[in-house]
Amino acid sequence: MLQLNNIVKIFNKGTVDENVLFNDFSFNVNKGDFISVIGSNGSGKTTLLNLACGTMQPDSGSVIFEGKDITKVSEYKRAKFIGRVLQDPRMGTCGSLSILENMALSDNKNKAYDLSPVINKKRVDHYKTLLEQCGMGLENRMGVKVGSLSGGQRQALALIIATMTDIKMLILDEHTAALDPKSSETLMQITDKIVKEKQLTTLMVTHNLRFAVEYGNRMVMMHSGNAVMNLSEEEKKQTGIDDILDKFNEISIEVGN
Amino acid sequence: MNVILNILIVTLEEGLMYALMALGVYITYSILDFPDLSVDGTFPLGAILSGILIMKGVNPWLCLLIAFAVGMLAGTVTGLLHVKLKIRPLLCGILIYTCCLSINLVMLLKGTGGKAIATFFNKDTIFNSSLGALIPESIGGYYLRTTIVSLILVIVCKILLDLYLKTKSGLLLRATGDNEKFVTMLGQDNGVSKILGLAIGNGFAALAGSVVAQSKGSADQQMGVGMVVLALASVIIGLSVFKKVSFMKATTMVILGSILYKGCLSIALALGLPTEYLKLLMALIFTAALVFSNGLGIKGRRTSDASAK
Ligand SMILES: Nc1ncnc2c1ncn2[C@@H]1O[C@H](COP(=O)(O)OP(=O)(O)O)[C@@H](O)[C@H]1O
Ligand SMILES: [Mg+2]
Repeated sequence: MLQLNNIVKIFNKGTVDENVLFNDFSFNVNKGDFISVIGSNGSGKTTLLNLACGTMQPDSGSVIFEGKDITKVSEYKRAKFIGRVLQDPRMGTCGSLSILENMALSDNKNKAYDLSPVINKKRVDHYKTLLEQCGMGLENRMGVKVGSLSGGQRQALALIIATMTDIKMLILDEHTAALDPKSSETLMQITDKIVKEKQLTTLMVTHNLRFAVEYGNRMVMMHSGNAVMNLSEEEKKQTGIDDILDKFNEISIEVGN
Repeated sequence: MNVILNILIVTLEEGLMYALMALGVYITYSILDFPDLSVDGTFPLGAILSGILIMKGVNPWLCLLIAFAVGMLAGTVTGLLHVKLKIRPLLCGILIYTCCLSINLVMLLKGTGGKAIATFFNKDTIFNSSLGALIPESIGGYYLRTTIVSLILVIVCKILLDLYLKTKSGLLLRATGDNEKFVTMLGQDNGVSKILGLAIGNGFAALAGSVVAQSKGSADQQMGVGMVVLALASVIIGLSVFKKVSFMKATTMVILGSILYKGCLSIALALGLPTEYLKLLMALIFTAALVFSNGLGIKGRRTSDASAK
């Protein structure tokens, strides 16, 4: 579904700080995959997602989505078919707008933002049903400004918003990292539920080794711009968390959580 | 008593007329977080254009619409400079202001046959024809016609703006000022939203210029001096003073802010402040309002660098 082919990505090119992050890196996401990506800080996980979403352009190489070359397609155009939740809970929603306004704006994602009223009363029940699955009571607080929600609530809302319209792929960048362990666990369960229900092709970067092992059908470990481990579901089961931990330690990194 | 009432009326009248511009600056500064200096140029643009059109016998109400449209055009260019050429907000404003200086002068010279001021005292304006003529010139001995016409205009504009901010386009504008990444993730080009906001903002500035010119019966380049400060001060004063009034819409706060600001100036003048000190006082009040609003955490006062990123 998504292919990154022979990607070269160099930061601060031509300066003393030149950093060749990816050098001929290729990555493939198949339709229906739920890939979890782990790796040390600075190993290139976020950059990988940025390249997929069009936040950054590669220096060379191509990004292919469903057979089409989207290397030059801008970020906002890709967002029409790629849903995304970022690490920072403030980024996925609009703090100065209410939950209802956030959801109504997002519900309109693939339509024109014209002079028609943004809130359609007939859709409100649908929004509430979507929020109910978080079990956070957000459905009873539709008029509350999103800025006053907790990080966990805000991130759950961001996830609902990212997946409420028809997207072909979901991209998650350490979306549970800013939360306390309990909220993090809850959000991960909601994520898994939505991914399964909607059969979303998902690429999830996580700091949490256990999440990476428990969830998804493939696990990739990144290290300085390379995929040093790439396990299928069966391989993952056979390998076990200890072996993965060893490998993790081998490339000298601290384990999240 | 008589004197005080007259001062009140003039304050109200001017406060309302300039409130139209403050509504525009509310969009650019508060909603989009874009400190837009173009206003110093687009306000006289609307004034001079209307003045000349009125001299040529164009319907004064039509002039309001034309001024709004031309202001929108200028704002669009401000937006394009920022979005497409990645020029910082403050510089975009200075560029458009400078362009307007020339455009306004050319219009004046061409329209008046070489004069630096357009005068049209004996022509139809919104205040002395059609709707304006229906309102008695003075009520109880007080000249209220300008105030009433301005009030009607401000109310209409406020309602339209409130309605707009509830539409899909309007809410997207608010989202753009709050979180650009969110707008991108909605599959929308936030540059388009910014350009639209700047267009509407400068449309209001030019509209205010047209109204003020029509009330004075003349228009010149000088009218634009200090408009940015006046409008920003109105917005900031309005939003900080009425922050606690939860049922009040921001647009109402801005209009009241404009009247309050004019009130401060009127009082100072009435107390004997020589007019040459007026701009100094304007800057002083503005500074006080900024300091006061910092404490309250009113949105839209980041440095230009932060919003240009
Ligand atoms: N915009 C950028 N400019 C310069 N260097 C960057 C930028 N983004 C990422 N990098 C560098 O690329 C490397 C990988 O970063 P990133 O992809 O964010 O890592 P991860 O998400 O795995 O922690 C880091 O060394 C980082 O400094
Ligand atoms: Mg990262």
